[in-house]
Amino acid sequence: MSKYQYVPEPALVKGDHDFASITHLVTDVNLRPTPKTWYLLMLPANALLGLLLVSIGYLFWEGTGIWGLTNPIGWGWAIINFVWWVGIGHAGTLISAILFLFRQDWRTAINRFAEAMTIFAVMCALIFPAIHVGRIWVIYWVFPIPNQMAMWPNFNSPLLWDVFAVSTYFTVSLLFWYVGLVPDLATLRDKASDKIRQIGYGLFSLGWNGSNRHWWNYEKAYMILAGLATPLVLSVHTIVSFDFAVSVIPGWHTTIFPPYFVAGAIFSGFAMVLTLMIITRKVYGMEDIMTNDHMEKMNIIIMVTGSMVGFAYMMEFFIAWYSGVEYEKAIFILRATGPYAWAYWIMMACNVISPQFFWSKKLRTNVTFTFIISIVVNIGMWFERFVITVTSLANDYLPSSWDYYSPTIWDALTYIGTFGLFGTMFLLFLRFLPMIAIAEVKAVLPQADPHNYDENGTYHAPVEEIPEHVTVAKPKNA
Amino acid sequence: MSAETKKMYGILAEFNNPRELIDVSKKVVELGYDKFDTYSPFPIHGIDKAMKLEKSKLGWIVLAHGLLGFTAAVSMMYFMSVIDYPINISGKPFFNAPAWVPVTFELTILLSAFGAVFGMFFLNGLPRFNHPLFTIERFKRSTDDKFFVCIEAADSKFHADQVHEFFKDAGAAHIEEVYE
Repeated sequence: MSKYQYVPEPALVKGDHDFASITHLVTDVNLRPTPKTWYLLMLPANALLGLLLVSIGYLFWEGTGIWGLTNPIGWGWAIINFVWWVGIGHAGTLISAILFLFRQDWRTAINRFAEAMTIFAVMCALIFPAIHVGRIWVIYWVFPIPNQMAMWPNFNSPLLWDVFAVSTYFTVSLLFWYVGLVPDLATLRDKASDKIRQIGYGLFSLGWNGSNRHWWNYEKAYMILAGLATPLVLSVHTIVSFDFAVSVIPGWHTTIFPPYFVAGAIFSGFAMVLTLMIITRKVYGMEDIMTNDHMEKMNIIIMVTGSMVGFAYMMEFFIAWYSGVEYEKAIFILRATGPYAWAYWIMMACNVISPQFFWSKKLRTNVTFTFIISIVVNIGMWFERFVITVTSLANDYLPSSWDYYSPTIWDALTYIGTFGLFGTMFLLFLRFLPMIAIAEVKAVLPQADPHNYDENGTYHAPVEEIPEHVTVAKPKNA
Repeated sequence: MSAETKKMYGILAEFNNPRELIDVSKKVVELGYDKFDTYSPFPIHGIDKAMKLEKSKLGWIVLAHGLLGFTAAVSMMYFMSVIDYPINISGKPFFNAPAWVPVTFELTILLSAFGAVFGMFFLNGLPRFNHPLFTIERFKRSTDDKFFVCIEAADSKFHADQVHEFFKDAGAAHIEEVYE
């Protein structure tokens, strides 16, 4: 027996599917009558959305005093939630852009879904910087538009960079998502039998007809957008980390922040994609397209990025000691042993320990276990932002000004309310838009490759050529 | 409806798989037709060569937009922070190039993305809601599981009988005349 094993590539789409059955499987969700479960889920989502609106309304009426902000902790849950939601969004762009550039065909099953998640997560994120300003009626000061002071924004400020970064990110993600949707909306237009859907989908599909002269420009546009979105997604969380790193607060002023924030963002985003995917594929019966192989690959990414985050935590400690700065050293010791040690250890357990279980193949292919870890990871990532924001502010240079931060009920309600917004948007997406990129999934079927047909046009499934003297590994999930 | 009263747009042939579509595209090109198009539910590997498609001009549109975004960002910040209302912030220079990198970068990306998306729709002549092909019931499957070729009547070599004959020989599953 040779020491090498041939590992066959698992089929991207399970079951006996052809083009028509893929179209049917995906579009049927949008074309059949709304299931009762959908309404049942929409109810709590709308209730939470209402809660969000009430919390924001009360905030506007009363001011930021309703939150738990004190001196010296001037940044609380608002920034924590903002960074948390933006981070979650990053997985969508990673899947749609970076995995596209790396020719990872398995992304086609989850990219539509993950991009939708990105857009809704960024919407939730954008709420917080917008409402936290206190004087909401002058929010336009963050944009370079003339105001009564005849002043312009400060382009040296990371907070201003953030305005540009996150709004660009939202716009580009939306465009990328829409470009991907156009051919699939055309499919829905052609599949729909009632006038309303035909007109609705017809309007948004812009008259797409599958012309290969169009596909030619389309594929170029998709490639360029992926190339643009890749540096964009890395820059966005880099700039978000600048909000902290460019200040001179101990525990924030470190150069490791950008890469460590980006890794954390991908880590939490993949976890969120998994949470949503595991529920949705079960409810809508999409297991043939969103397979366990997909889940396993995503778990490996969670394990890798989780380890990067864990490494960054340790590196922070090392650099704090190595820098020789008393305040740096103190803040890190305080994080692990001080008043917020409980939060620190929740973060360590959720982010550093929990992804390490995925070294085991048995665990990373287990659906229930993955689901649990995916939620644990996002709890951990929320606490990471809590630890970074609150510990550094609460215990900075002067012990006489130290204070303990506690959120109020309104902090909590606003945060819980954003799940209502996210849930509502996501349910609307599942109901009215194709949750899987139909055209892209068809293109990765073996039937889509012209080389798999003979001269008479008869299809022959591709046969894998296995080199001699090589044993074949047991196929995954056979 | 008779052919005399309505203007012919072209002749549409239906095929069953991507291989047949590529083969027939090659023949269409060999016969010298240039006003023709193929339709498929997904982009097909190698169809660009079979159809002899020219390189897309989209890259140049995106480059132009990217340069515009870059220039607009730098000149906006220069005008606001150096010319119109310079403010001394912690003694930093008014023209603070390193600090301007993020905004310049974001606006370059933003304008490039606009160029890529709207440039693509522009090159494709979209949105266009009334296409003669949309009158053909079978053509609805071009976004589902069928593959079509249409040789347009506007082509200088177009003769309806010859095109019919050609599609029949090429093994089309269905042939249909399309009117405007």
